[in-house]
Amino acid sequence: MRADVQTQRNQIGSSATGKKKKDPTAWRSVLFLLPSWLLLLVFFIGPILLTFYFSFTNLALTGTQAQNIEFVGFQNFVSMFEDPTFRISVMKTIVFLFLSAIVGQQILGFLLAILMKEKNPTFRRLIGIIVIAGWVTPEIVVAFCWVAFLNDNGTLNMILNAIGLESVTWLYTFPMISVCIANIWHGTAFSMMVFQASLDDVPKTIEEAATIDGASRFQVLIRIILPMVKGSIVTNMILVTLQTLGVFTLIFTMTGGGPGTSTQTLPIFMYNQAFVNYQLGYGTAISLVLLIIGIIASLFYIRSMKVKI
Amino acid sequence: MNRFKWERTIPYVILSIIGICFLLPLLWVLFASFDANAQQALTIPDSFTLANFTDILSEPATIRSFIIGLFLSCGQALLVVIVGVIAAYPLSRYTQKYKKPFMYSILFMTSLPITAVMVPVYQLFIFLNLQDSLVGTMLFLTASGLPYGIWMLKNFMDAVPPELEESAWVDGASIWKGVRRVVAPLMIPGICTVAIFTFSMSWGNFFVPYILIQTPDKFPASVTIYQFFGTYGMVEYGKLAAFSIIYTLPAVILYLFSQRFMSQGFSLGGATKG
Repeated sequence: MRADVQTQRNQIGSSATGKKKKDPTAWRSVLFLLPSWLLLLVFFIGPILLTFYFSFTNLALTGTQAQNIEFVGFQNFVSMFEDPTFRISVMKTIVFLFLSAIVGQQILGFLLAILMKEKNPTFRRLIGIIVIAGWVTPEIVVAFCWVAFLNDNGTLNMILNAIGLESVTWLYTFPMISVCIANIWHGTAFSMMVFQASLDDVPKTIEEAATIDGASRFQVLIRIILPMVKGSIVTNMILVTLQTLGVFTLIFTMTGGGPGTSTQTLPIFMYNQAFVNYQLGYGTAISLVLLIIGIIASLFYIRSMKVKI
Repeated sequence: MNRFKWERTIPYVILSIIGICFLLPLLWVLFASFDANAQQALTIPDSFTLANFTDILSEPATIRSFIIGLFLSCGQALLVVIVGVIAAYPLSRYTQKYKKPFMYSILFMTSLPITAVMVPVYQLFIFLNLQDSLVGTMLFLTASGLPYGIWMLKNFMDAVPPELEESAWVDGASIWKGVRRVVAPLMIPGICTVAIFTFSMSWGNFFVPYILIQTPDKFPASVTIYQFFGTYGMVEYGKLAAFSIIYTLPAVILYLFSQRFMSQGFSLGGATKG
């Protein structure tokens, strides 16, 4: 028994130093990683590779093209870049990303986390629960809440009327702002929790030392807290940006991409081409653009993260 | 002294304003669900009723969609945790040459938007003859949740001191038993976080089943609620609100449940010293 433990212990030790030639942990690692790799290969990496392949075909949902997939080279991409709606969709996606992910969720989440620090615990809990409620609520219910809230006869207009302002047809006049606000409402809690956790890790003594040395609250925030939570800001950025890039349900339910093309982000555009116009090849070409933006963003962020693995 | 008071009050004021802004849209759903004649605007119901809830719950199709939703989400969460913990073990405990690239690709996959691959996934499901299959959908959801699951579980496992496991080995436990009996129980907060996150993602996921499932009888709750909105959404506000609340409830309950676990959890520090 002792010897067993010794070998198991040695395995950890030896694998750490890497001196042993035949590593008994190797096959065990393979075995342990096998189920996850199989699933990822078939249902994750497979579709990614298919995206690259299908983008160069004339794949369609119905008609003769559904049977005979033909390689059409860059035709999908040529028609995509000639398509003015595609350019609009790219712009809409950038606006949606910037307003709802970077400005909205990140900054509001950080503001909430820093303001809630060392406040009355009951108050802190109360605000926390309210904000997190928006996050726990499924995306589709978030859409209902906001469709009702922003409706012509909805709560927001009721409040505006009560203080003597005119009603606004939010979803028609400001569709992009509307979906952004709904997305911020849904997503901020995540950033808030990430920042709360990392702010809790900042040792109090450092802050106290700085305060004793005469630093103002603002200086403590900029010079001490921000650099110390930089890592989690970047990590959070990666997750939030990429989550927002893939937002479909919220926009689909609230505006359906409209009115016109005013909230038609890339996922909505992709859906319309693939499943409404039945052009799967073209739809996949749009997914590829989405995927490549995602890949570039991921690589960029992983690099800047400098995670220890 | 005055300035000191200012500095203390302002955050409370700002937080309260933000809190109210976050609360208002939610209040509508709560009030409307109990209101016999619910409208779009937030009003305190003058006639309190449970009819909206009983109407929704007396519909067998709705109940079925809830069961299907639970099947998909629980199945996915369970699979992600099991497969994830198994995968996290060698990644956390051993040093292998491929570990770095593996972890980087996992991290990379965590962040890729699933939305982007849905069109080829649809085609893949037709090739594999999995379209309209709930198990197929669950497996796809599992794969999409795995990168996050593995990444989180690996980090949570790193926090469990190897010494604890080693003492289990001294007592004659195998590696597998050590994982199940020592490492996994100590990771309960982490496992719960991952399971609940995965469940909520899947429970709230409308796009994936909407694309992959075609038969209305197999729709999970997320798709039936969308259909309900499309058909009655602009008329039956009370029922829509009640449906939304019932649909949101599992996610809320699990979240609260995980909070209880989490608060008990993060106290591993003493385990090795004691």
